[in-house]
Amino acid sequence: MIPLSHYLVLGAILFGLSVAGIFLNRKNVIILLMSIELMLLAVNTNFVAFSHHLGDMTGQVFVFFILTVAAAEAAIGLAILVVLFRNRNTINVADLDTMKG
Amino acid sequence: MDIYLVLFWLFSAVAVFAALRVITVRNPVHAVLFLVLTFFTCAALWMLLEAEFLAIVLVLVYVGAVMVLFLFVVMMLDINVAPVREGFIQYLPLAATVAVIVVVEMALVVGSKTFRPNQMAAPAPAAAGASNTEELGVLLYTKYLYHFEIAAAILLVAIIAAIALTMRKRPQTKYQNPAQQVQVRKQDRLKIIKMEPEK
Repeated sequence: MIPLSHYLVLGAILFGLSVAGIFLNRKNVIILLMSIELMLLAVNTNFVAFSHHLGDMTGQVFVFFILTVAAAEAAIGLAILVVLFRNRNTINVADLDTMKG
Repeated sequence: MDIYLVLFWLFSAVAVFAALRVITVRNPVHAVLFLVLTFFTCAALWMLLEAEFLAIVLVLVYVGAVMVLFLFVVMMLDINVAPVREGFIQYLPLAATVAVIVVVEMALVVGSKTFRPNQMAAPAPAAAGASNTEELGVLLYTKYLYHFEIAAAILLVAIIAAIALTMRKRPQTKYQNPAQQVQVRKQDRLKIIKMEPEK
């Protein structure tokens, strides 16, 4: 069977990629949201791996709640994005400086 | 090398490749499609971990609903990619450094004595009749009932927030006002005239 460390390293790689994605695409709100989703996926993979290897279902319950919150977050984030695009006609983060003091 | 390990390497290679494409691809639509691929392969990986229910939920709810929502939004918005892409090369070294540090640190922790493959032996596969969904359901509806209800409340709030944010009144639309319609009286609108019959 597959050792636990394989899954943990895979989660770390996915997490590192999504961190890099946030740095690289810091002008594009959509890709930022996608990077956050990817981050949550990496974390969930760790949870499921630990849950399996420790024989404790609590980890999977936690993943269930993370999925719920992530879905809510994606819905609200995309709603904000749509409103933003409708009002400003751009999704470039650099243009969103109305509230700058 | 057993079949599970082969499957694991295959799926994880696809997942890492797709995740890499998500953050580097130029077209946001392609990025969403690669994200779908990442989620799909991760669902397969969760299946290898005997988390069948969550794997199916990931495909149905995440790929089926959330990612399609992303796809809709990306296709609806007419994005000019060029200005959004600026600074990509500029931040590449920093991003690569941070990502490599994160991965190396995690690998050092994971590679330590505690997590060595021989330290944590893989658990025995689940019994033939065991149901992952049932186990999860029993736990969710007994021990975690309050948390489950809070999750429901969060989803409700998210629905209301999303609708409230995106709903708008267009000034030129015509619509009926039921309150006014109900309060209409006959004498306001109808006028009966008595007149002589014409010859």
